[in-house]
Amino acid sequence: MSFLEFVEGPLWYVAAAVFLIGALWKVVGILRLGRKADLSIPRASATAGAVRSQFLHFVPHGGFPFRTIYHLTAGYMFHIGLFLVLLFGAPHVIFAQNNIYALPWVTMPYWGFVVAAQVAFAGLILLWVRRISDPVMIKISDKDDHIGSWLTFLVMLSGCMALQESVVALRATHMLLVDMWLIYFPFSRLMHAVTFMFSRGYTGAFFGRRGIVP
Amino acid sequence: MNVSAAIETMVSNIDASAASYLDACVHCGQCAEACHFYENTGDVRFAPVYKLDLMRRVYKRHKDPLAGLKKLVGLVPKELTQTDLDEWSELIYDSCTLCGRCTIVCPMGIDIAGLVRKTREGMVAAGVVPEGLTGAAERALETGSPLGIKPETFRKIVAEQAEETGIAIELDKPGVDYMVILSAMEILNFYEVIGALAKIFKKAGVTWTMSTKAYEATNVGIQMGDKAVAKTLVSRVVEAAEELGVKYVVSPECGHAYSALNWEGPNLVGRSYKFQVIHILELLEQLRVEGRIPTKGKDSRRLTFHDPCQIVRRGGIVEEPRNILGQIADNFVEMSPNKEANICCGGGGGVSSNSNAEKLRLLAFGSKKRQLDEVKPDAMVTACGNCRNVMEEAIDTYEMTMPVLSITELLAEYIED
Ligand code: HEM
Ligand code: HEM
Ligand code: SF4
Ligand code: SF4
Repeated sequence: MSFLEFVEGPLWYVAAAVFLIGALWKVVGILRLGRKADLSIPRASATAGAVRSQFLHFVPHGGFPFRTIYHLTAGYMFHIGLFLVLLFGAPHVIFAQNNIYALPWVTMPYWGFVVAAQVAFAGLILLWVRRISDPVMIKISDKDDHIGSWLTFLVMLSGCMALQESVVALRATHMLLVDMWLIYFPFSRLMHAVTFMFSRGYTGAFFGRRGIVP
Repeated sequence: MNVSAAIETMVSNIDASAASYLDACVHCGQCAEACHFYENTGDVRFAPVYKLDLMRRVYKRHKDPLAGLKKLVGLVPKELTQTDLDEWSELIYDSCTLCGRCTIVCPMGIDIAGLVRKTREGMVAAGVVPEGLTGAAERALETGSPLGIKPETFRKIVAEQAEETGIAIELDKPGVDYMVILSAMEILNFYEVIGALAKIFKKAGVTWTMSTKAYEATNVGIQMGDKAVAKTLVSRVVEAAEELGVKYVVSPECGHAYSALNWEGPNLVGRSYKFQVIHILELLEQLRVEGRIPTKGKDSRRLTFHDPCQIVRRGGIVEEPRNILGQIADNFVEMSPNKEANICCGGGGGVSSNSNAEKLRLLAFGSKKRQLDEVKPDAMVTACGNCRNVMEEAIDTYEMTMPVLSITELLAEYIED
């Protein structure tokens, strides 16, 4: 078995399993902690608050966008770029169709892929520069933050280098890093890609009963 | 200091919502921008997310569903120590007013103030609570008031207000519709509100009373994070109100008192009440809409409204004060930001009773001051005795001249005779 076959075969299955089972374990474990029933008399609907909160927190409200514009811009550049590359990049779509499920899907043209990838890069680098230079960010950042950022960065970097789709070693490196990223995901802050829903939802529900969603 | 008790309490405080918060936080630091303690000091330790670090460590070490596996590879944070609790005491008690403003900027919508409260409960279990708060709690349990106002004193103050307004105020009267409770600060410093209420209620034909067993709404248990104290203090009000058989208890111009009685109270006593809680702002607005408190004339001063955090952002009462002011003020201006994004007075959440925090509290007022400097009002109206007291002191310190008014007292001035 070649190295490429290994990272696309057995290791990929292990990584995918750790990712799926880990993330599910985590979500079920968190939700199972439950919450005590609230005996106070609600003024409005908790459910409506939970739904509203999901949308409200995509942008800081209450006069903040201007103060946090750096994070907002870089954050969106990174995430939107990443989602485009992941979900509509031709190699990714083809890989998913071959290895997961052959869902009919649209793919981006090559130039779109490159632009999205560059935007994602720029965003992640800007976020990282902020993380290592801003006094607040230095104080609050821990190992997990740096590992998550670096691992994602390396996945993206190796992906860009594999764009030619010819050098086997580069393809294999990308895949190896992807496998590592998937394994790291449930154990780390990368889980925010899932738990953000619950976090926003609980606050929305808690305050929604009170007739306001902060 | 009992560190393990703190850890135990914090662990048991991590429910699904807290776990989601602590798991979702991406350490983006945006919450720092919202906090008046960070803004006015530039001290990075005051970034809201850093205040949560003890909770984060406890979660990731003990409650994270994958903590077991992570422990095997040494991926969990260190256990809390005495030094940590000492260090965080300042962050948890002195530099957080539980104002909740950081939530509105957090991309994950994390209720940071809620988590700080849960950390405080751990601090209480460990016995690391600032003296100002433990002292207030002792006085509240002994005399019924955190400021030590005894029933005799209360009777005297009420009698004076009755005499001044010429309106009889009957204490401990069963069978009336409303039982009014007050904040300690009102009874001690702003007792004119009692006369104002008498005047408004007389005009509106509202039957009401106050209890000499429970005249205090202030709940220092809620502020310090001591559920047992909080429960005792809420129970007093509940028992007195149910004994008198009133239909409503009126929550006063006090931020956390409303949280304590209306939102947290039923959960503390473990059942719903036999009466309803209505906030004074809700009641005044209801009477106004029903046309029961006709007013005459309007205040021509440039007035603005300071939103008490626990009533507005965390209490859901937003438009009522604005509607009331709409009826009696000619020249109302909003500060910016306002309503659910308002800036805290700097002294909520027990910070004003905590002498360690005095300097910080005055510094934190800087954000409010900038808002005021922008709008330049002649007077500031609010609906919280504690905000009022804190801001009056800060206004003095900064040598500004601006009266801070109670919305109830202001309304009473314009009631038609
Ligand atoms: C800027 C970011 C990225 C770029 C430019 C990129 C680029 C590429 C390219 C060109 C390939 C095809 C390699 C080949 O088959 O020859 C590929 C494959 C793949 N990428 Fe990415 N990628 C990026 C990010 C990611 C991320 C974040 C993930 C997952 C978390 C990911 C997962 C995969 C997977 C699973 C494959 C299939 C491997 C294969 O078939 O060889 N990629 N990527
Ligand atoms: C596959 C999905 C995702 C991946 C791989 C991912 C990855 C990352 C990484 C590596 C960072 C750290 C950047 C830094 O150093 O600051 C980050 C930050 C962040 N992520 Fe995600 N994320 C994903 C999904 C999401 C989703 C669904 C949301 C929310 C709706 C989200 C919201 C955020 C926010 C708000 C930040 C902080 C940005 C900042 O520093 O200002 N992410 N993400
Ligand atoms: S609740 Fe208010 S005082 Fe506390 S950390 Fe958040 S913004 Fe700062
Ligand atoms: S804004 Fe929210 S997600 Fe970002 S660091 Fe603060 S608490 Fe964490």
